[in-house]
Amino acid sequence: MAKTKLTFTYLFLIVAAFVSIFPFFWMIVSSTNLSVEVTGGKLLPGAHLIDNLTKLTESVDIWNAMWNSAKIAVSTTILAMLIASLAGYGFEVYRSKAKDIVFNILLLSMMIPFAALMVPLYRMFGQITNFIPFIGIDTPAAVVIPTMTTAFLIFFFRQSTKMFPKDLLEAGRMDGLSELGLFFRVYMPTMKTSYAAAAIITFMSSWNNYLWPLVILQTPENQTIPLLISNLGSSYSPDYGVIMIAIVISTLPTALVFFLMQKHFVAGMVGSVK
Amino acid sequence: MKTADPALNTGKKTTRARMGNRVREGITGWTFVGIAALLIFIFFFYPMIQALILSFQTGTGMNLKFNGFDNYTRLFTDSMFLTAVKNTFIYLIFQVPLMVILALFISVLLNDKNLKFKGFFRTAIFLPCITSLVAYAVVFKYLFSSDGLVNAMLLNLHLTNTPIDWITDPFWAKVTIIIAITWRWTGYNMIFYLSGLQNIDSSIYEAARIDGASAIRQFFSITVPLLKPIILFTSITSTIGTLQLFDEVVNITKGGPGNATTSISQYIYNLSFEYSPDFGYAATVSYSIVIMIIILSFIQFKVAGERNG
Repeated sequence: MAKTKLTFTYLFLIVAAFVSIFPFFWMIVSSTNLSVEVTGGKLLPGAHLIDNLTKLTESVDIWNAMWNSAKIAVSTTILAMLIASLAGYGFEVYRSKAKDIVFNILLLSMMIPFAALMVPLYRMFGQITNFIPFIGIDTPAAVVIPTMTTAFLIFFFRQSTKMFPKDLLEAGRMDGLSELGLFFRVYMPTMKTSYAAAAIITFMSSWNNYLWPLVILQTPENQTIPLLISNLGSSYSPDYGVIMIAIVISTLPTALVFFLMQKHFVAGMVGSVK
Repeated sequence: MKTADPALNTGKKTTRARMGNRVREGITGWTFVGIAALLIFIFFFYPMIQALILSFQTGTGMNLKFNGFDNYTRLFTDSMFLTAVKNTFIYLIFQVPLMVILALFISVLLNDKNLKFKGFFRTAIFLPCITSLVAYAVVFKYLFSSDGLVNAMLLNLHLTNTPIDWITDPFWAKVTIIIAITWRWTGYNMIFYLSGLQNIDSSIYEAARIDGASAIRQFFSITVPLLKPIILFTSITSTIGTLQLFDEVVNITKGGPGNATTSISQYIYNLSFEYSPDFGYAATVSYSIVIMIIILSFIQFKVAGERNG
């Protein structure tokens, strides 16, 4: 009885794992094949990886799009870590009724759909363009600024701070550290795991963000990788091998971040539920 | 920020010094949370108010004028809007329960103590979450095209005699979108359930087993009730996510065929940036999502709350 149950479990999980992995396998294999081979259903690696890569780099500036995405994702992540952890720490360490009310109001922002903010934000940055062009429309800064603070991250850091040993703060105060010093010299080093998890989540969502960059970035020189992929995907006569190599390249950074820091990632997700 | 006055820490603290300390700590606390709070007010709540004002206006660019509730009454006669709402609700009704049940089921299977290769299965099923919505949407578009690999497999396995028009048939296009979203997000929800399951004391299951409760009985009498807060959390986030669906429909079907797969978010985008821009009406449509999210989250809370009582 127990044995049949376990067999069923394995069978089901193998199917689920296969379905999950197959599109990755197909996309990697296809990136090494010619377009006709891809449509012909070829499922074995071919010899055209370099050809596809050459064709891709000749038709679009993928490295520039990667560089744009990297700039945006890295600066969003750094700023988000700083701002959100300061707030999460502030809400948990210096508690007061008024702060709890503010915290709950901030959480409401999680329910606001981005589609509702899109037009007003676009108009806001339109006005900013007249005064401070380098953070206006069609600039990387305009992508970073509205996305660098989220209620989810503040919530995440507040939850994590609950497990932070507060005695360390008293000890630090005895040693004459300032309140800000306590944060940077005591809290930050202690909470490395939480920072790692939050950084992965933020990096991935920033790297993969599509709608806001689509609205605010207008020239090809500034486009990010999801915009480039979307344009390639909507081309009239798609070259499958070329598009697949572009998708593989665009997925590498998040895949790398994920595999290098997988443990922190799962720990971080767990921390956000507790 | 000033460094702490060493006198406060070395000498005996007087009440006044302590009071001063508390006030200063209070101010520091507000400085810590202030930056984030200010940014959220500027980039979330202020635009929300702007959108509300916009939703009562009409016109293009800077030439906006108030037109009362006209935009709101227009919603009910706008067939394009009604189609987008209908499509979005079809996604919601089929996809969210499907994904929640599938994720729960997989996480319960993965929680089996005797299971080997747990790490592999978990990673494999979570893997779709690292892809960008755009990238996987493009991959799915080709996998499900009429001469794509999915049809080739189905034909070879004789599961169908003619290729299915996954992308070009109104019914199958919706199915494709639902399959795609389920593929992308099941692993994400699974992680939440797995962490919830780890917090359940295994002695509860042992006691149930001794009492002769079947696996199915254990699932419904122990697992589901104890995971309820997490199930509620994931259903609400999935509902909000589905109501905001954009990347997939734009990149898999472009909203077509006809408008068979257009989502509300895509319609808002089109009203603002594709058609001749109508920011006022776009804001009205976006408020319809806000209202739907509030109502649905409220219902989900209520349903979960009543089962609790």
